[in-house]
Amino acid sequence: MADTIRVVVAKVGLDGHDRGAKIIARALRDAGMEVIYTGLHQTPEQVVEATIQEDADAIGVSILSGAHMTLLPRIVDLLKENDAEDVLVFCGGTIPKQDIPKLKEAGVGEVFTPGTPTRKAVEYLQGELVSS
Amino acid sequence: MDTEKETSKDLWEEAYAQRGERDAEFSTMSGVPIKPLYTPEDVEGDYDEKLGYPGQYPYTRGVYPNMYRGRLWTVRQFAGFGSAAETNERFRYLIDHGQNGLSIAFDMPTLMGLDSDSPLSLGEVGTEGVAVDSLEDMEKLFEGIDMGEISTSMTINAPAHVLLAMYVVAAEKQGVGPEQLTGTNQNDILKEYIAQKEWLFPPEPSMQVFKDMLVYATEHMPRWNTVSISGYHIREAGSTAAQELAFTLSDGFAYVEAGIEAGLDVDDFAPRLSFFFNSHIDFFEEICKFRAARRIWATVMKEKYGARDEKSLLMRFHTQTAGVSLTAQEPYNNVARTAFEALAAILGGTQSLHTNSFDEALALPTEEAVRVAVRTQQIAALETGATNTIDPLGGSYFVEALTDELERQAYDYFRQIDEMGGVVRAIENGFQMGEIAEASARYQRETENGTRKIVNVNIYEPKDESDVETHRIDPAVSEGQLNRLKDLKERRDNERVEECLEAVKRACREGENTMYPTIEAVRAYATVGEICSAMQEVYGTYRETPVI
Repeated sequence: MADTIRVVVAKVGLDGHDRGAKIIARALRDAGMEVIYTGLHQTPEQVVEATIQEDADAIGVSILSGAHMTLLPRIVDLLKENDAEDVLVFCGGTIPKQDIPKLKEAGVGEVFTPGTPTRKAVEYLQGELVSS
Repeated sequence: MDTEKETSKDLWEEAYAQRGERDAEFSTMSGVPIKPLYTPEDVEGDYDEKLGYPGQYPYTRGVYPNMYRGRLWTVRQFAGFGSAAETNERFRYLIDHGQNGLSIAFDMPTLMGLDSDSPLSLGEVGTEGVAVDSLEDMEKLFEGIDMGEISTSMTINAPAHVLLAMYVVAAEKQGVGPEQLTGTNQNDILKEYIAQKEWLFPPEPSMQVFKDMLVYATEHMPRWNTVSISGYHIREAGSTAAQELAFTLSDGFAYVEAGIEAGLDVDDFAPRLSFFFNSHIDFFEEICKFRAARRIWATVMKEKYGARDEKSLLMRFHTQTAGVSLTAQEPYNNVARTAFEALAAILGGTQSLHTNSFDEALALPTEEAVRVAVRTQQIAALETGATNTIDPLGGSYFVEALTDELERQAYDYFRQIDEMGGVVRAIENGFQMGEIAEASARYQRETENGTRKIVNVNIYEPKDESDVETHRIDPAVSEGQLNRLKDLKERRDNERVEECLEAVKRACREGENTMYPTIEAVRAYATVGEICSAMQEVYGTYRETPVI
C-alpha cells in the first residue's frame, strides 16, 4: 500500500446532485488523500476504467437517483473482471436502510446515508486502508 | 424625548451585556450576522417606496391585494414514479385528497432526453420519476383527467420542448386546444448548468430552443407559463439564500433579454414568467428572501426592461421545502422541519407549495408520508391563523432590515455577473458553480465542527437508528417500459418518424422555430431520445469541467 490513499470519487447514473460528491471529495483531500473526481453522469465502466488507470485504492460512489441496486453491484463485478477486487468500494446518498445489507453482501464496503459527518468516511478509509 | 430614548437604549445595552449570551452562532444559515435586537434605527427608506400595499409596486408585501384572504395557495405536490399508468393512479389519489394542481416528476433518462432503452438509462427507468418515452406515455399519464380543467406543472428542462409538444398533442386528442391549457413547464436551462446538471446542448443553442418555446407559447398558449425560473436546485446544490436569490433573478433577467432579442415585446411574455424557490430551515432569512425577490423583480423589470404591464412586474412563485434539510436519522423529525419551512413560504407569500415528505432523505415518499405532508399545509392554512392577515411580518424591524440586506447582496452579485458579460459567460467561467461550492463547503465545515447544530446529526444523535417503511419501485417497471417502447417502435410509421426528425434537424440548422417540427415529430410517435439526439447532431453536446 502506498503512503497516500488514492480515491476516485464518482457520480454514476444520470442524476446531477453533486453537492455530496464535491463535499466528500474536498473532505478526503483535506485529510491528505489524493482525490480524483470523475464529474457527472458516469457509467460503471467509465468509473472502473478511471480507477484502474489512476491506480486508486478506493472508489467512493455518490448516488441519489435510486439506481444504486443496479449500478453498485455492477461496479464491484467490473472490478473483479479486471482483477481489481482489492479496490474498496463505498457509497453515499439516498439509500433506504433495507438496501444496506444487500449492498454489503454485493461487495460494497460501507454505505453512508444523508447527514453523516465527512470525518466518518475519512476514518473509515484510514481504518480500512492504512492499517493493512 | 431624544435623551430619554438614548437612555433606555443605553440601559438595555448595558443590561444585555451584563446578562451575556449562550454559546451559539448568531447568524443566518447563510452567514448573515444577526444582532440581538432590531429597532426603528435599522429600518431605512420610505414605506410607500419600499413596501407599499399588497398588489402594488414594488410588491414587497405580496402580489395580490387580498392574498390568502381571497384564495389560499395551491397545494401542489410533485409526484411521479414508475410507469405512466402508476403515476396516473397517484395523480388521481392526490386529486381525491384535495390537491388542485398536478406536478409531474420525470425519471432521470427523460430529464436527460434519453429513451428507456439507452445504455445510459440502466437502473434509472421509472426510479426517480415517471418514464416518458413517447406521446403514448403522455396519453396514459392523463387518462381520465381532463387536461382542460387541471393545471399541470412539468419539471422538465433540457428536453422541455419535446414534453410540451407531447402535452399539447395529448390534450388535442382529448379535444382540448393549446389555448385552454394551464400550467408550467420548468424549462429553466440556465440553472441546469449552474446546479441541477441535466443538460443536452451547450448554453447558446439551449437559449435558442428557449426562445423558440417562448415565441410559440406567447402565440398559442396564453395561459401557459413557459418557464419557471428556479432557485430550488441552486439552493439544494448548497448555495446561500442570497446566492439563490441572485442567481435565480439573474437567470430570469437573461430570459427576459432572450425574449426581447427574439423580437417579443417584454409585456407580451413577462406576465407568464413564474419562479420556483426553496424554503430552507432558517425561518426569517427565507421570509426575507421571498420579500426581497418580489421587490427586486418589480424594480428591475420596470426600471431596466421598461415593462409597463403590471403583470410583468409581479413575481409569482412556487415554493418547495428544502429536501437537503431532511435527515435520514429519526426521519419523523422531518415533519417538524418541513412544517417550519412551509410556514416561512406562507409568510413569504408563495402562490403554490410543495411540502416534502418525512422519508425523502431515504427514498421517494410512501403514500402515508405524502398524506402527512399535504395535511401539514392544510393545518397551516386552516388552523394556525397565519393566513388571517397579509404579510403579517411586514414592518418588523428585523424582517425589514434582513430583507434589505438580502437585496443588497443580490445586487452585488448582479454587478459581478454583468462585469463578466452576463449569465451565460459567467456560467462558462464556472462563476456561479464556484460560489455555490464554496458556500456548501463552508456550511459543511460549520456542521462538522459543531458551530451549526442539526438535531440528530451533530447533537442529540439517536442511539438506535429508527427505521421507516420506504416506497419501493417495482423492478418490473423498467421491463414493462422497455417492452412497450420496443412494441411502439415496431408499430408506428417509421418512415414518417424519419421525415419528422429530418425536419427537426433542418429547423435547428436554419434557425427556424423548432417547436413546430417537434410537435409533428411527437404526433408521429418519435421518442424523446430520437428528437433530442437529432438536435444534438446539429447543436452538439454539453460537457462540464467539474469544480470541486
